[in-house]
Amino acid sequence: MSYTLEGSSGSWEVVIGLEVHAQVISQSKLFSGAATAFGAEPNTQVSFVDAAFPGMLPVINEACVAQAVRTGLGLEAHINLVSRFDRKNYFYADLPSGYQISQYEHPIVGAGTIEIELSNGATKKIGVTRLHLEQDAGKSLHDQNATKSYIDLNRAGVALMEIVSEPDLRSPEEAGAYLRKLRTVLRYLGTCDGNMEEGSMRADVNVSVRKHGEPFRTRCEVKNVNSIRFVQQAVEAEAKRQIALYEDGGTVLQETRLYDPSRGETRSMRSKEDAHDYRYFPDPDLLPLVLDEDWVESLRAELPELPDAKRARLSRDYGIPFYDAGVLVAEQVIADFYEAVAKGRDGKLAANWMIGDFFAGLNRTGHGIEDSPVSAAALGKLLDLMADSTINGKIAKEVLEVMMDTGEDPAAIIDARGLRQVTDTGAIDAAVDTVLAANPDKLAEYRGGKEKLFGFFVGQVMKVMAGKGNPALVNEAVRKKL
Amino acid sequence: MSLDPATVRRIARLARIRLEEGEVARLQGELNGILGWIEQLSEVDVEGVAPLTGGAQIALRMRADAVTDGGQAEKILANAPDRAGEFFAVPKVVE
Repeated sequence: MSYTLEGSSGSWEVVIGLEVHAQVISQSKLFSGAATAFGAEPNTQVSFVDAAFPGMLPVINEACVAQAVRTGLGLEAHINLVSRFDRKNYFYADLPSGYQISQYEHPIVGAGTIEIELSNGATKKIGVTRLHLEQDAGKSLHDQNATKSYIDLNRAGVALMEIVSEPDLRSPEEAGAYLRKLRTVLRYLGTCDGNMEEGSMRADVNVSVRKHGEPFRTRCEVKNVNSIRFVQQAVEAEAKRQIALYEDGGTVLQETRLYDPSRGETRSMRSKEDAHDYRYFPDPDLLPLVLDEDWVESLRAELPELPDAKRARLSRDYGIPFYDAGVLVAEQVIADFYEAVAKGRDGKLAANWMIGDFFAGLNRTGHGIEDSPVSAAALGKLLDLMADSTINGKIAKEVLEVMMDTGEDPAAIIDARGLRQVTDTGAIDAAVDTVLAANPDKLAEYRGGKEKLFGFFVGQVMKVMAGKGNPALVNEAVRKKL
Repeated sequence: MSLDPATVRRIARLARIRLEEGEVARLQGELNGILGWIEQLSEVDVEGVAPLTGGAQIALRMRADAVTDGGQAEKILANAPDRAGEFFAVPKVVE
């Protein structure tokens, strides 16, 4: 079922393209030696280049170029060995030079693809049009003073990758899946931390609507949306606004809009006259960026295993369902943790325990996987203690909870609390006798043919044994005695 | 190519240059003169000639990724017409 919105004139299809601004992970800025760290005191990470003092010249940072190339390679995109920087001219208080150095006609990375997965398990390939390098602007604070805006230039000149998708997305769900997948790939590559709250990943959302089978209609651009949830909301709100306009006999004007999450609506941002009149021209301060093919190949050779490949490998090598493998590769640290647990053990069991009780425990104790109180080695040890019948699965769950709370070693917890599994058949038989003696009526019913009471007896025996009975032996003993 | 008065006003506004109404006609003449002069370049046949980006046939030089600058907020703010603490202060920009 494809996503449509119903209007008074019938159903409408939504067309979405995303421009993602991803802040490059680097020590210093794209064209200056000032630091990029987040959260520094205002204007302390600013060079004269960033503040556009007269006569200052930009010198490009090799690491930022490498990050853009790595990202391009990770998106299976074409790398342009010759690219160029242009000036994008506009007037704003947090842009001291009056232009942003960007790449317009000749970006560093050309067409690529991102494969997204939807909730029904279907996959879809989304085209990436291009990726280019550009400078970030400074930061404006509008809420500190009644009549003034405050400007901090620490962010001015930090390298951004603008990653532009084709208008291939057709629903808020697809837009969300695209952003999540892109973020995962960027994090695997180590080229952007993907942190939308700190603004290191921001999205401009292009939205239009159309009747089925029509060519594209006019689009509006919703600027600077800073969470995946808001992107999804903005798509729906903007599409509904456009549908209402068309159905009232109006037309949609191409313009830049802002999404207001508190009101759940978009509003016009700039007068149309000035928008998109950027008067691009080649930056005379910068020669063309020419990349050595061997250098690009050396970057390709060092790429990490990416999520799609890792997912296929985990599923194949550890015999786990493709869905589970998808959960485990969402973050590289999770995948690494899983492999440390699963190596040399039952991969399926390891996956079930991680996705189930381990994640639940992290949630309950408010930890992330990075600061998990239970190490991969400790979780592995717990699985070993189950495998060698020291404890059964039910007790293991209790032990894992204690491990989450205290960080203690599983064997130590088992010894200290006397949780070792009872495999002594004499003790098990005694427990079975106790249960049968206490439930003469149930016993009679069972012998009269009510066979599903078998489970009841096993449960009661386990209860008498405080959960420590070896399940296989308990089953066997109950069957024998009945 | 010829600029009309509306285009002259528009260029001035985009560049944030204040233009008195009396100056428009003079600037229109000057700009049209400059454009006409530049237009002579189109007489040159450049069919099949790759764009030349500079006199020296060299590519962009790259620098290593190291923090070598910053920590000079006072110098950065020295010429600011207005400031608030370590911030630049500008007339309120409302979106």
